[in-house]
Amino acid sequence: MKLEGAGLTRVRPFVLMATVVIPALLRKLTNGQDRVTASGRNLGQVVADLERQFPGLREHLVEDDELKPSVAVSIDGEMGMAGVLEPVRENSEIFFIPAIGGG
Amino acid sequence: MAASTTNGFKVIGTRPIRHDGVDKVTGRAKYGADYAFPGMLHGKVLRSPHAHANIKSIKIDKALALPGVKAIVTADDLPKLPDKMEAAGEQAINLNHLSMNILARGKALYDGHAIAAVAATSSHIADEALRLIEVEYEPLAPVMTVEDGMKPGATILLPTLRNKEDGPDKETNVAAHLQFKRGDVAEGFKQADYVVEREFKTAMVHQGYIEPHNAIGIYNADGHATIYCSTQGSFVVRSLSAAVLGISEGKIKVVPAEIGGGFGGKTTVYLEPLAVLLSQKTGHPVKMTMTRAEVLRATGPTSGSTIRCKMGATKDGKLVAAQCWLAYEAGGFPGSPVGAGAMTILAPYNIPNILVDAYDVVVNRPKTAAYRAPGASNAAMASETVLDELAEKCGIDPLDIRLINGSHEGTPQTVGPPFKRIGLIETIEAIKNGEHYKSRLTGPNRGRGVASGFWFNVGLQSSATINIHTDGTVSLVIGSVDIGGTRAAQAMIAAEVLGVDVNDVRPTIADTDSIGHTDVTGGSRTCFATGWAVYEAAQDCIRQLKERAAKLWEKKPDEVVFENGMLSPAQPGGDLKPMSIKQIAPRLARTGGPIVGRATINARAVGPAFATICVDVEVDPDTGKTQILRATIAQDVGKAIHPAYVEGQMQGGTAQGIGWALNEEYFYDDRGILRNTGLLDYRMPTCLDLPPIETLIVEVPTPGHPLGIRGVGEVSIVPPPAAVANAIYHAVGVRMTELPMSPSRLLKAILKKRAAGETQAAAAD
Repeated sequence: MKLEGAGLTRVRPFVLMATVVIPALLRKLTNGQDRVTASGRNLGQVVADLERQFPGLREHLVEDDELKPSVAVSIDGEMGMAGVLEPVRENSEIFFIPAIGGG
Repeated sequence: MAASTTNGFKVIGTRPIRHDGVDKVTGRAKYGADYAFPGMLHGKVLRSPHAHANIKSIKIDKALALPGVKAIVTADDLPKLPDKMEAAGEQAINLNHLSMNILARGKALYDGHAIAAVAATSSHIADEALRLIEVEYEPLAPVMTVEDGMKPGATILLPTLRNKEDGPDKETNVAAHLQFKRGDVAEGFKQADYVVEREFKTAMVHQGYIEPHNAIGIYNADGHATIYCSTQGSFVVRSLSAAVLGISEGKIKVVPAEIGGGFGGKTTVYLEPLAVLLSQKTGHPVKMTMTRAEVLRATGPTSGSTIRCKMGATKDGKLVAAQCWLAYEAGGFPGSPVGAGAMTILAPYNIPNILVDAYDVVVNRPKTAAYRAPGASNAAMASETVLDELAEKCGIDPLDIRLINGSHEGTPQTVGPPFKRIGLIETIEAIKNGEHYKSRLTGPNRGRGVASGFWFNVGLQSSATINIHTDGTVSLVIGSVDIGGTRAAQAMIAAEVLGVDVNDVRPTIADTDSIGHTDVTGGSRTCFATGWAVYEAAQDCIRQLKERAAKLWEKKPDEVVFENGMLSPAQPGGDLKPMSIKQIAPRLARTGGPIVGRATINARAVGPAFATICVDVEVDPDTGKTQILRATIAQDVGKAIHPAYVEGQMQGGTAQGIGWALNEEYFYDDRGILRNTGLLDYRMPTCLDLPPIETLIVEVPTPGHPLGIRGVGEVSIVPPPAAVANAIYHAVGVRMTELPMSPSRLLKAILKKRAAGETQAAAAD
């Protein structure tokens, strides 16, 4: 991200902050918090930041460097289809939800 | 009749005759069992006579010695697969469990569980061979209910099964626990003037598709295999069969036959890998077809369930809190739709404080599969009858309490994200303003009930190819198996975009080698996602057509416009005449060659569906039999492409929901043996049991979809059981909490109420 300031243009690293809503049964790993913030340009980076803040969370969401097959993700109200590569925007709202199939 | 409009469309919203209609009414359409190949063998499956048993040994020598028997396979002939969840096609599935469901490994987990498979020169010889296979079983106590499966010290089905909460050391039948929470339910219930809490039980039921499962496997000496079968998704058959057999996906071609119903039950595999395996062993094509009894015993019905639902409202009908507990029968392996049940049970309503707990429990019943809005009908039976009771306590019309609390754009879903534009309120209003609800229902033992329902719908992957022929007609190639008229709907979308007659579009459903990946016809996704791919493929054609016209007119492509099916110069004037596709098509060869439009899509902007239904019933108080007098369903369909087929989906789901409500039930004896293995005893409603089901199409376009399409295939099955239960209550005054509400069960409730009344009267005397 480029920032303009004092006549300078500089590249700012990794500061996109998203809000992540933690599934109810995982809130024991976030000290009971249902909403936390995490940084990253894509879902994989956000999960990595979550793990840094709340050790143990990643294994519930990611396996073999990919979103678990049983986990789906909603970002800003749309179902993510790209797994850990799903783009995340500044102030995105992320929900992890159980994957479902239809009949 | 539909209220749908054409809204400026020329083809969309009309009701053309389906393209596959002639083949189907003349019997030319080929279903799986219609295929035959030279040298073809017949395959049969030996099934467990026990609900739960260790398999001590399987001896096949005598059966193999029978003249005409060519091969016998057991689980030992399949590779052992990892015991973890994997993505296979669009499914998350434990491949080890899938493999063990196809052929039992060490344990039989339900009556009918496949033990071995035989290939022989005739089906009669194959049957005889099954009788000669000697299996030594050690019978175990069957676990038939979620309560039995969850209690401490329960007999364990799968010794390796663990759940996260109990940890790695504890054997369990509870495969998963999910929880959804918002606000503070304890505080919420304190605000309530009225609280209703009830426990519900729903029976395991089957989709009841008329065509049994079938498959033909042809394994070639070069290591490639072809499968002909009845399926809702050729690509899922390919990926699951490849995984179970340890074959590369690219070496399997799946040819989907016409399908005689699926309703979710044909989104997995049973016979397909076995047919390939037997073909590999024998060098011959192998055909396998299930009997009706096999379909009922050993395919994937949907879960029976136990649900507790507590809801609280203020005097003015405002819901303030809800707490639900759901436990669903998964069958012999994990994977019930309890998660979907938990996420749908409160979805129609904006409730500030909720707590939902859901448990997936293995029991000695067949492994459940998807069934039309999986898990949602069970859940709605609970919440929609509790809401009816709350409406009565509040003195509020049951539709009005739904309008007061109904979800709309911005309402948070149970899982958290807010709804985008949805049409629940419109469906409630459509029923409320409709002639049915305004009419008076008179006569003894008659009652009217309403209920609403929600289903997510899904998007997923689809591909489409459009070929423009030199005569201006069009071939449309898709990978979505046609259930319910989707082939015609896709052709209509292509015709609409291209500005051609719908009869000039010829839709074809291709095999897995001939079209890009396309996920199942399920999840109400076909018209939505494949329709989107067709729309984009048609747009690709238009882009190329503009280039060709530009070449002919010596212009740039952006100087050509396409409107109302005509290519024209963007700037009028001169002697250049607009051209239709029929006019430019003969000149494609001279302007660059054939035009093939193509598109692939991984759809994400899914529009969820809501429906509201009104049902009138009459109950015979002496027999407990319920007659449906009238039923009207209003459903938000986004945009009805072919209204007749949309109505068909609404009516079909309603009919199945009524069957679930009144009759259908897996009936097991004390040993866990299924006793109703035919359609005479597994009682589905027929046209003699149902009135014409009236439909009110509501069109609230899905945001983001180019045509506003919303999936229509599933939600109609969600509200009927609750609406029938509510109608029965208003007819005879008993609250039914168990499905099916069969005559015997209802009569028992009526007699109990009558006895209680007589006791009260005697006490008063």
